[in-house]
Amino acid sequence: MTDVNLVPLLPATQVLLTALVVLLLDLFYQEGEKGLLAWVSLLGLALCAGETLFLWGSQESAFGDAVMLDNFALFFTQIFLGAAALTILSSVHYIRQAEIHEGEFYALVLFATTGMILMAAAKDLIVFFLALETMSIAVYILTGIWRASGRSSEAAMKYFLMGAFATGFLLYGIALIYGATGSTHLNEISNYLIESPEDWPPYLIGGALLLLVGFAFKVGAVPFHFWVPDVYEGAPTPVTGFMSVAVKAAAFAAWARILMHQLAPLDSDWAFPLWVLAIITMTLGNLLAISQASVKRMLAYSSIAHAGYLLVALVVGEEWGGLPLLFYLLTYAFMAFGAFAVITALAETEQSPEDYRDFSGLGFKHPFLGMAMTLFMLSLAGFPPLAGFAGKFYVFRSAVLSGHLALAIIGVLNSLLSVIYYLRVIVAMYMEEGGAEGKSFRQAPYLYIAIGLAALGTLYLGILPARALEWSRVAFLSLD
Amino acid sequence: MTSSMMIFYLLAALLVLSSLMVVFQRNVVHCAMALVAALFLIAILFVTLQAAMVGVLQILVYAGAIMVLFLFVIMLLNPTALEPRRGLSWGFGMLVALLLAGALAALVSHNEAPADPFAATELFGAPESLAKSLFTDFVLPFEIASVLLLIAIVGAVVLAKREHN
Amino acid sequence: MIVDIGIIALKAFLVLFMVLNLAGVLGWIERKGSALMQDRIGANRASILGFAGMGLINTLVADPIKFLTKEDFIPPRGDKFLHTLAPCMALFPALVTFAVIPFGDTLQIGERVINLQVANLNIGILYVFAMGSLGVYGIVIGAWASNNKFSLLGGVRGSAQMISYEVAMGLSVIGILMVYGTLELQEIARGQGTLIREFLPESWRFLKSAIGWLPAWGIFLQPLAFLLFFTAAVAETKRVPFDLPEGESEIVAGYHVEYSGGKFLMFFAGEFAEIVTAAALMTTLFFGGWQVPYLLRDGFHFPWGASWLLPHLAVVLLQVGAFAVKVVFFCWLQILLRWSVPRFRYDQVMRLGWKMLLPLALFNVIVTALVIVAVQ
Repeated sequence: MTDVNLVPLLPATQVLLTALVVLLLDLFYQEGEKGLLAWVSLLGLALCAGETLFLWGSQESAFGDAVMLDNFALFFTQIFLGAAALTILSSVHYIRQAEIHEGEFYALVLFATTGMILMAAAKDLIVFFLALETMSIAVYILTGIWRASGRSSEAAMKYFLMGAFATGFLLYGIALIYGATGSTHLNEISNYLIESPEDWPPYLIGGALLLLVGFAFKVGAVPFHFWVPDVYEGAPTPVTGFMSVAVKAAAFAAWARILMHQLAPLDSDWAFPLWVLAIITMTLGNLLAISQASVKRMLAYSSIAHAGYLLVALVVGEEWGGLPLLFYLLTYAFMAFGAFAVITALAETEQSPEDYRDFSGLGFKHPFLGMAMTLFMLSLAGFPPLAGFAGKFYVFRSAVLSGHLALAIIGVLNSLLSVIYYLRVIVAMYMEEGGAEGKSFRQAPYLYIAIGLAALGTLYLGILPARALEWSRVAFLSLD
Repeated sequence: MTSSMMIFYLLAALLVLSSLMVVFQRNVVHCAMALVAALFLIAILFVTLQAAMVGVLQILVYAGAIMVLFLFVIMLLNPTALEPRRGLSWGFGMLVALLLAGALAALVSHNEAPADPFAATELFGAPESLAKSLFTDFVLPFEIASVLLLIAIVGAVVLAKREHN
Repeated sequence: MIVDIGIIALKAFLVLFMVLNLAGVLGWIERKGSALMQDRIGANRASILGFAGMGLINTLVADPIKFLTKEDFIPPRGDKFLHTLAPCMALFPALVTFAVIPFGDTLQIGERVINLQVANLNIGILYVFAMGSLGVYGIVIGAWASNNKFSLLGGVRGSAQMISYEVAMGLSVIGILMVYGTLELQEIARGQGTLIREFLPESWRFLKSAIGWLPAWGIFLQPLAFLLFFTAAVAETKRVPFDLPEGESEIVAGYHVEYSGGKFLMFFAGEFAEIVTAAALMTTLFFGGWQVPYLLRDGFHFPWGASWLLPHLAVVLLQVGAFAVKVVFFCWLQILLRWSVPRFRYDQVMRLGWKMLLPLALFNVIVTALVIVAVQ
C-alpha cells in the first residue's frame, strides 16, 4: 500500500461532503422547513474557505500528480467558494418563491463547486475533463431546476445540447493530444513538447485547437456564444449569476493552467486564432448588448464582452497576462454577481421584470438597490475608482507592455462602447418612473446582504487593489 | 492471407456495411438496429484483438444499455417525424466526411503500423489488469466519475419526478 | 488443429442440442404441470396409436408440426424485415450464453485434455451479462414491428423490466465474484469443490467445526445473493410473477400478440431456453456447477476421513450427471412458480427491482467485502 496524499483533495472533499450532508438532511425536513439547509451549506463553504486559507502557500500533488494543490488552485477555490456562498445567500428567498426544491438546489450548487475546485487543480486531462463535466452537469440541472418556468426548461435544454457539443470538442482534442504525446498528464505532455520541439505530428496541433474551441464554448466567446443569451436569460437569476461568475472563472482557470501554462510551447499555433477570437468577442458582445431590451440579456452579452477582455490577457501570454487574468476574474466575480443579484431582487413571477423599464425609479423606491446597481454598472463599464477599472487597467496595460498595442486600443474603445448600455440602466433607475416593485430588505434580508457584500468587494478591489494583486501574482507564479 | 486476416476483412466489410446503413436507411428504427449491429461487430473486432473485456463492455454498455434507450425514445416519439431531411446539412456532412477520410488516408499512408499491434503483456485487456489500473492509477478519475453519476441521478429525479400537488 | 476445431464444434453442437431439447420438454412439462396444479389431466391428445411417450410425441412431433404448418402472419402495416428478425434476436442470446457455462471438469482421453465447456473466456460472467442485455432487442423490435398498441405496450414494459432487473442481477453476482476471486465460470465451479473450512481462518474454531464440513457452494457463502439472483433471473425470463410484458389479462399477449407459426415457436423456445440458461447459471454460481459434494478428481473424500476411489471416466460422468440434474431441478422450480404465486402489478415490479433488490444487492456487496477483510 503506497501512501496516498489526500491533502490536495481537502477543499473539494469538504464541499462534496457538505453537498452529501445537505442531500441527506433534505430527506428529514418537510417542505417549508428547509431553511436550515442553506445554513449547513454556508457552514460547509466557510469551513472549506478556512481550510483553503490555512493551506495557502502549499505545493502538494497527489494521485501521481493528477491533482496539484498550489496557490493557483487555492486562489480559484476562494473565488468559487465566494461565488457559491453569495449564490446561496441570494437565492434563499428566490427559490422559495419559485417553489424550487431547496435541498437539491443547494446540493447542486455545492456539487458544481466541487467540480470547479477540481478543475482548477487538475493536472491530468482526464481529471480535468471529469471535473468539468461534474461542474457542467450540475449547472445544466440548476438551469432547468425551476420547473414551473418554461423558459428555464428551454434554457436547460439549450445549454445541455450546446454544452454536450463543446464536451465533444474537448474530448476529441484530449484524445488527439493523448495520441500524439502518449500521455494525458500535463507535465508529461509539456515535457514532450519541450524535448521534441517542432517535431510534432499535425494532429497534436489539431488537438490543441479543438481544446481551444471547447474552452471558447465554455466561456462563451464569439463565435461559440449562441447559447449564452438564451441560457442566461432563462435560468433562475441566482443561477445566472453563479454561471457568469464561477463557471466562467473555472473555465478560465483550466484554460490558464492547461493551454496558457502547460502547453505554452504551442503558443505560436493558436496565437492568431486567439487574437481574432478576443477582438470579435469583445466587439460583438458589446454591439449586441447595446440593442437588448432586457437587462438580463444585456448582462449576458456584456458577459460575452468581458470574456473578450479576459481573452486579451490570454493572448498576451503567460509572462504578462497571468496576473491580470486572475485579478480580472476576481473583480468580475463581485460586480457581475452583484448585478444579477439586483435583478433577483426585482424578480417576482416567471415573467420576471428584467427590462430596462422595470428598473424605472428603482433608485427612489429602494435607494440601496439603486446605489448598488449604479456601483456595479459603473464598475462593469470600467469607471475609476471601482474594481472594473482596476481589472481592465491591468489587462490593457499588459497588452501594451507586451507589444499588443492594437488589442489594447480595440479593448479600450470597446469599453467606451459599453458605457452606453450600462448607463441606460442608471438613467432608467434615476430619471424615469414606474417600473417593478422590488423586494425590500424586510422581504429578502439575505439577498440584501449578498448584494452588500458584492458592492463592498467592488469598492475594495477598486480602491485598494494592492493586496489582491499580490495574491494574483503569487497564485500565478505558483504554477510549475 | 492468414485466416485471422480473412476474419478481419470479413468483419470490417460487415462493419462498413452496417455503418453505411446507419446513415442511409430512411427508417429510424432500421438505422438504430444497424447501429446495434455495428457496435456488435466492433465488439467482435475487439475480441479478435485479444481484448475480450473491451468487447464485452462494448456490448454491455452500448448495445445493451444505451441503444435500448435510443430505441425507447424513438418508439415513444413518432418515428416518421424523425426521418432525416436531406438538404444543406447533408452536403456539409458529406464534405466533412470526405475531409476526415482524406486526413485519415494521409495519416495511414505516412505512418507505418507498429509491428505488433498487441500490447506486450499477455494480461492486456484482462479484467485483472483493467481493475488494477482502475483502482491505482485512475482511482481519482474513477471516484470523480462516481460523483458525476450521483449528480446525474439527482438531476434526473429533480427534473423529471412528478410533482405531488 | 482440425481435431481441436472438431472437438469444439462437437461440444457446441451437444450443448445446443441439449438446451433446445430441454426447452422443448419444458414446454410439455409446463402444460402438464399446469394441469396437475389445476386438477385436470391436460396435454394428453397427442399420441401415436395410444403411445404418448411421456410427452415426447408432444414435444418432438406434434408441437413442431403444428407450429410450422400454421400461417406466418405479418401485420400489413408492420415492418416485414424486423418482424422476422425479432424472434431470432429473442432466441439468440439465450442460446449463446451457454457457450461459457461449464458442464463438467476436464475430460482426459489419452494425452488430450478436454475442458468441458464450449469457450473458456477469462471474462465469463461478463459475457453472460452482455448477451443477456441483448435479449431486450427481440422484445422491443418484435413489439414495434407488429404495429399493434398492445404489443408496443408489452415491448415497453418488457424492456423497462429487463433493464431494471439486469442491474440487480449484475450486482447480486458481485458477491460471488469477490468470494471466488474470478470472473471465469469454470474457475468459480472449481472454487466450489473445496469445503467451507478452507475459507475460514484458524481462530474461528467454533464456526469451523459447526459448518466447516459443508461444501463451499455459493448458496452457503452467499445465500442472500442467491435469493436476489433467483428473483432477478425469473424477472429476466419474463415469467409469472413477472409476466407483465405478456400480461394476458390486460394486453392480450404483449409483445408477441402478432406472432404465429414458426416465429411464435421461436419466441416460445427462446423463453424456455432462457429458463434453462438461468437454471444453469444458478447451478454454476450457487450450487457448485458440476461439483458433487466430496467428489474430487480421483473419487470421493469425505470430511470424516473415509474415501472411495473411482475411475476417471466415472468421475466425469458423475459430474456431468450432477450438473444435468441440478439444471433440471432449477428448471422445474421456475416452472413450479407459475401457478404458485400471484403476479405483481407493474409498479410493484419496478419497486421490487429498484427499491428492494438493488439496495439489498449493494448491502450484500458491502457485507461480503467486510467479511472478506475480517477473514483475511
